[in-house]
Amino acid sequence: MSSQQATAKQLSQVFSALADPIRRDMVARLAIGDATVTELAEPYDVSLQAISKHLKILGEAGLVSRTREAQRRPVHLEAEVFDLATKWLERYRREAEERYQRLDEVLAAMSDTDKEPEES
Amino acid sequence: MSKTQPAITHPETVITADDEVPAIHIVREFDASPDKVYRAHTDPEILVKWLGPRSVEMEVDFWDCRTGGSYRYLHRRDGDDGAEEYAFHGCFHEVRPDRMVQTFTYEGYPDGVSLETLILEELDGGRTRLTINSIVESFEARDMILASGMETGVVEGYEQLDELLREGGES
Repeated sequence: MSSQQATAKQLSQVFSALADPIRRDMVARLAIGDATVTELAEPYDVSLQAISKHLKILGEAGLVSRTREAQRRPVHLEAEVFDLATKWLERYRREAEERYQRLDEVLAAMSDTDKEPEES
Repeated sequence: MSKTQPAITHPETVITADDEVPAIHIVREFDASPDKVYRAHTDPEILVKWLGPRSVEMEVDFWDCRTGGSYRYLHRRDGDDGAEEYAFHGCFHEVRPDRMVQTFTYEGYPDGVSLETLILEELDGGRTRLTINSIVESFEARDMILASGMETGVVEGYEQLDELLREGGES
């Protein structure tokens, strides 16, 4: 695998990790500050095991890390990786939005009949 | 397909990267009838007015917009190193007022092809919801599309990510 393919695979993992509502929620929680697995599990009616599985997916995507030394092993959000992925998606979205704003203008100028008004 | 559809109407374009299949979902609403939005997608004279970015001039090579037809168009612009040209082509698999299915290939990457389904729904007040589901052959290809942009391009994007992952890899 070339390094670009490897990076593309990594990027896939980032988008895929963020596509799940619980994981997005966990990322939002971690954006406030580091938290332990128990703290992260509190709002949900799911097992610690399920939360650990979500964390594993976020970790493999490079979105979160855990400090090995500390006893509590809090989860830490790798904010820069998160920001980059959301920035790319937002840029793609913005380009689509600009395209559709051009379409808004074209639609507003169109007549209701079959043919488009002749250009004068 | 698992995707998060917003419950409330959103005035701006909503983009979702699917987590189960290599697809991109786009939703946008328009203050115009489905018939008008359909004509803006099928009539090449109208299409050239909005499809390409403002910085490019769009030229339709051929446009046979009917079930079983095909199309090809070009985007031209003056770049830093002279004139730049980007060509795109595909086939119309199905064309009808509420649904268009077509393939799409950027000729700079001829092995890549996406299958795009456009759905037009009539909303209250003569408005229209456009939904596009675009699927490609792999998650890698999908994410390259998401990460590519007219300004910075995919390579620069990947370099940034490489750098970040290297920095984060030590912890």
